[in-house]
Amino acid sequence: MTDRIERALKKAGRTDGNGVGEALRRLADRATTEGLVDVAYARADSPFGDLLLASTRRGLARVAFLSVTEEDEVADELAARISPRILRAPERLDDARRQLDEYFEGHRRRFELRTDRVLIHGFQRQVLSRTAQIPYGSYLTYAEVAAEAGSPRAHRAAGTALARNPIPIVIPCHRVLRSGGLVGNYGGGPEMKARLLEMEGAL
Amino acid sequence: MLPPFQALLDEHADAIHRFLVASVGPVEADDCFQETFIAALRAYPRLRPGSNARAWLFTIARSKAIDAHRGARRRPVPVGEPPEPRDGAPATRSNAADGELWAAVGALPEKQRAAVVLRFACDLSHREIGRVLDCSDDAARRNVHEGVKRLREVWA
Repeated sequence: MTDRIERALKKAGRTDGNGVGEALRRLADRATTEGLVDVAYARADSPFGDLLLASTRRGLARVAFLSVTEEDEVADELAARISPRILRAPERLDDARRQLDEYFEGHRRRFELRTDRVLIHGFQRQVLSRTAQIPYGSYLTYAEVAAEAGSPRAHRAAGTALARNPIPIVIPCHRVLRSGGLVGNYGGGPEMKARLLEMEGAL
Repeated sequence: MLPPFQALLDEHADAIHRFLVASVGPVEADDCFQETFIAALRAYPRLRPGSNARAWLFTIARSKAIDAHRGARRRPVPVGEPPEPRDGAPATRSNAADGELWAAVGALPEKQRAAVVLRFACDLSHREIGRVLDCSDDAARRNVHEGVKRLREVWA
């Protein structure tokens, strides 16, 4: 007897398949409207594999290459470093996604996106600010960026700062090369860096 | 350190939705679901790291279900509507019998109703049910037992 009751109770709520999916979309919208989402994120595809884009109310804070890291790992990092109120909310990244698509297709030379540099600290701030000004189709060396960031002998520190760029592509750290025109390392891999520079006509 | 709120949703949204459908019926469940997670999101930064997030979410969902029941009692709407049949299929004999079960669940005292639904629709342990209902494991067990006993009386 109990079994029949238990079975019937266990069926509860399993009668409609897409109920929760729709409810979750509505939740993300309402949470955004009520200002309860500190970090919104979404996946985006690219010729170099999927990206994760994350935005605060101030702007784009993170671009991660999912070819080298996992969505969960990035979400954990953002929760720890910015706020645990983080939700998947693709519509909030629509603009960034569209501009990145245009860039990868070769139709966009500069981004018109607000960024939030909340994940950038100290010397890295100077290095990445200088890097953000390197125009499409050109490049600087690590030593040059270090010098222009105010510490000529800190080219190694500049390298570290660039390696930890939280907003690659939009802050174009791929436009900083080793001296002698060697491509050097890149978060998405040296091959990706070379292909981006070729696409931009810098190499 | 608190995990991303999205991880809580990925892990618990289905079970919370099930709890609400079984507690307040499918129509009210959607609103309760929104209210539950909006309230949770609002309070989340103050949750003590390492807390049992599942029990915490069910505690909020339970209080939203109680609010919905209060509202329903003021309106001329029967509590405990049965889940809608899939694809608008005509109600079969077993749907009708399920309907009576939901009416019976809806008529249980609130604590028994929550205990029964948490145990069988959401698969919580007696210990977790105790946390949600703010009572001992034993009291949780008794509420489940009493609830099922009553259901058996009206739905045999």
